[in-house]
Amino acid sequence: MSAADPALPTEIGIPLSLRGAATIRVVAGFGFWLFLLSDIILFAALFATYSVLSSSTAGGPTAAELFDKKHVFLETMCLLASSVTCGFGSLAVQRTDARAMYLWMATTFVLGVCFVAMEGREFAGMVASGAGPSHSAFLSAFFTLVGTHGLHVSLGLVWLVIMLLQATTLGFQPMVSRRFFSFGLFWHALDIVWIGVFTIVYLGAR
Amino acid sequence: MFGRLSWAAIPFDQPIIMGTGAVLGMVLFTVLLLIGRKGAWPYLWREWITSVDHKRIGVMYMILGLVMLIRGFSDAIMMRTQLAIAAGHAKGYLPPEHYDQVFTAHGTIMIFFVAMPFVVGLMNFAVPLQLGVRDVAFPKLNSVSFWLTASGVLLVNLSLFVGEFARTGWLAYPPLSELAYSPGVGVDYYLWSLQLSGVGTLLAGINLTTTILKMRAPGMGYSRMPIFCWTALASNLLIVAAFPVLTATFAMLLLDRYCDFHFFTNELGGNPMMYINLIWIWGHPEVYILILPAFGVFSEVVATFSGKPLFGYRSMVLATMAICILSFMVWLHHFFTMGAGADVNGFFGIMTMIIAVPTGVKVFNWLFTLYGGRIQYTVPIYWTIGFIITFVIGGMTGVLMAIPPADFVLHNSLFLIAHFHNVAIGGVVFGAMAGYTYWFPKAFGFKLNERLGKAIFWCWFIGFYLAFMPLYALGLMGATRRMQHYPDTHWQPLMLVALAGAVVILLGIVLTAVQLAVSIRQRHVERDCSGDPWNGRTLEWSVPSPPPPWNFTHIPDVQRTDAYWQMKKEGNAATASAGPFDMYVPRNSPVGILLAFFAVISGFALIWRIDWLAALGLVGAVVVVLREAWKTDLEICVPAERVAAFAHSHDVAARASVDGGRS
Amino acid sequence: MNSHLQAQGTVPGVDARGVHGGRSYLIGLLCAVPLTVASFWAATTSLVYPPAVPVLLAALAIAQMGVHVAFFLHISSAPDQTNNFLALAFGVFVTALVVFGSMMIMAHLNHNMMSMDELTKIQR
Repeated sequence: MSAADPALPTEIGIPLSLRGAATIRVVAGFGFWLFLLSDIILFAALFATYSVLSSSTAGGPTAAELFDKKHVFLETMCLLASSVTCGFGSLAVQRTDARAMYLWMATTFVLGVCFVAMEGREFAGMVASGAGPSHSAFLSAFFTLVGTHGLHVSLGLVWLVIMLLQATTLGFQPMVSRRFFSFGLFWHALDIVWIGVFTIVYLGAR
Repeated sequence: MFGRLSWAAIPFDQPIIMGTGAVLGMVLFTVLLLIGRKGAWPYLWREWITSVDHKRIGVMYMILGLVMLIRGFSDAIMMRTQLAIAAGHAKGYLPPEHYDQVFTAHGTIMIFFVAMPFVVGLMNFAVPLQLGVRDVAFPKLNSVSFWLTASGVLLVNLSLFVGEFARTGWLAYPPLSELAYSPGVGVDYYLWSLQLSGVGTLLAGINLTTTILKMRAPGMGYSRMPIFCWTALASNLLIVAAFPVLTATFAMLLLDRYCDFHFFTNELGGNPMMYINLIWIWGHPEVYILILPAFGVFSEVVATFSGKPLFGYRSMVLATMAICILSFMVWLHHFFTMGAGADVNGFFGIMTMIIAVPTGVKVFNWLFTLYGGRIQYTVPIYWTIGFIITFVIGGMTGVLMAIPPADFVLHNSLFLIAHFHNVAIGGVVFGAMAGYTYWFPKAFGFKLNERLGKAIFWCWFIGFYLAFMPLYALGLMGATRRMQHYPDTHWQPLMLVALAGAVVILLGIVLTAVQLAVSIRQRHVERDCSGDPWNGRTLEWSVPSPPPPWNFTHIPDVQRTDAYWQMKKEGNAATASAGPFDMYVPRNSPVGILLAFFAVISGFALIWRIDWLAALGLVGAVVVVLREAWKTDLEICVPAERVAAFAHSHDVAARASVDGGRS
Repeated sequence: MNSHLQAQGTVPGVDARGVHGGRSYLIGLLCAVPLTVASFWAATTSLVYPPAVPVLLAALAIAQMGVHVAFFLHISSAPDQTNNFLALAFGVFVTALVVFGSMMIMAHLNHNMMSMDELTKIQR
């Protein structure tokens, strides 16, 4: 981490694993990638629980009765689109193009808010109609799995706002650029988890 | 206003607890006062509490583990004395509702707050030094991890004086741990303290994995890494993969308790068996997280004190990574009797036997390293030989129980207790003690007293066998675990022998404290000026003891395994192509202790259902993180002249000690 | 961002084309939308043999995740992506074990053991 250390060997012939410590960018990015993988394993435990408990409806409403596939399709498209706009935003950060970055990231934010709002409405509707999480094991598992994903999306939106503030106040210095990068990874990973959610929870409900 | 908290939470009617509290309070007060008197608070804050240096953090983890060992062991002595008395019609002195808290606290503390800190502490201290780098990948995160673990410790200890602890056993199985059957705050203390320290551990796992995979000295490819770093890699990969499952499972139990969810309840479709399944998906990798670094310590010790390279480096690496993968495929052996049936039991029984094979490979490699070597019988070698004997016995009883029909007889008996203490003490504790003794001179610049070290070993070794061999017999006779009294007085003599063993171990623990005091007093006699008191083979011995914050004046260029040994043979231990440069060292940061402070506030508030206080703690934590996010001045520059001066003074001292005759 | 010079490999999420990697997001979108539509169609159609529907859904989901991993996260089996790829493989391995292992074990347990509802009913 000393800026004045002798140059690391960089000739093409030397294997990557022998070239000494990686740059901060690589280290930070990989560390965040590991964190994301641990998060995915957390979701795995929730998926496993949902799969096991999905038929324990305790005489209450079942999945097939509760879920509206059109609504879920809209949510899915919102999130997918936001992943693409986030990708373009990341490229803008790499180019240090502030206007493009704000444009794409703001779009990502709006699409994300749409997703969370739709999901919130769905949850509120279910609770109002007596299908809240305390009514059966299936409902507990549903609200927890889908709700944890929604919570991650919401926290991601908060993080995005903070990142936009950081870009405004600190500019595109390496630290800010690294964090945007991590945000992008996070946002794409959430879309990957959502693929699992809508397939297993909503489309799997027969 | 204060949720469920009231004066009734303090157990004024229990003299043992009140007495302990009074003594502890006085000790704590005296210590804090003395520190203040000596004006040492600024030093402590600057050099230790806000330190982001992996070496300091590693030492703090070890101190945490040693202190909690005392609490966990007091629980053990309480259980042993109760069982020595409560035979036949005797009731003993610990009523069941207290005994249940004692065995729960014992298990929780020993696994989460003694073994984990020891192992994470050793890895924290040694891995960057062995890799030839200046610090871990994320130094501030390292500090956060430590302080979150400490916050879990604080909450568990608070439960002794304010409220109660769980009575469910160390894994808090539902339905007993659900609100209906544990309406008090005990299970909440358990869950929140483990959630907090679990986050700390997960972050440490990410930190160390990234360090090992992305930061090594030039030339140190994977096949030139010290074996301790390989076992650390495997252990931290397991942490990253397993701890999220623990977090998710505890979160679900918390939702059941707080928000009337029904994951594991008896009614409305809940399935308690799912909890047991999930918790052991975490639980089995957890024990490998604990044992793999211990294996790594023994590999280093055995090579250093035989004066030979480790036998079978490649097979060691393969065995380690095989254990890493296989540890995820055996978890059902913890609940053979729950009823999954012969097919499932058979699969997991066979997998459990298979995982014993790579461990056997490792044992043979250690033996072949010792064979033909010029063995120096130092304290770490004592621990190693003790480990090889003890761990193999424990492993064999494990393989015995891997056979489902045998397990149906032995599950949850004292045989099981004896088995896991056999491997945990023989493996993890012996490994921690060996690592502690081996790396102590590197951390502090002087060796621990050798004679006392050997005495401590014999106390643990003899004490262990006295304490746990009777338990194998008792288990086969039908004695179960978590048993507060028993009807068959024929068991009592064996229980008394077990108590004697516990007392011998107690002596060992007391001697550990004595050894520390004596060694500190004698530090000028045992001072290590060369940085290499054991004639070591790996890079940590190439730096001064204790190392400077930047670890290496020049990042070494590594050509093969046992890099330092080669450097010594070729006489180029201190060459460099250019003079020392300016060092950029990460600035200290209070973010760790501040986050832990708010975590404790939130945790305590959540336990007692004080909503406004929990929200306040969360807000505080968020503010701390945001403040940190805007900091741009993150490093201190140590000018090249200071680095050069430090290196020069160390060289002078090292040469003087060589001239004076190094042992 | 010449990957030949990167010690210890590149970070995930970086396209080899660097700032000109916008194309991959568009390709990803063009692949993902039809796959998603196909998933929703497969769940409601009567044209597919019913027992095969879960398999089809699983295949489509894996394809969609693959599109995301390849085109949005830029993870491949290139030599400078080895760490990222292996880490992902390890994560997938553990996820599969957790999900399918739990499902299999719990199916056996539920088949052999009485449910808590039934148990509490027969208690006095």
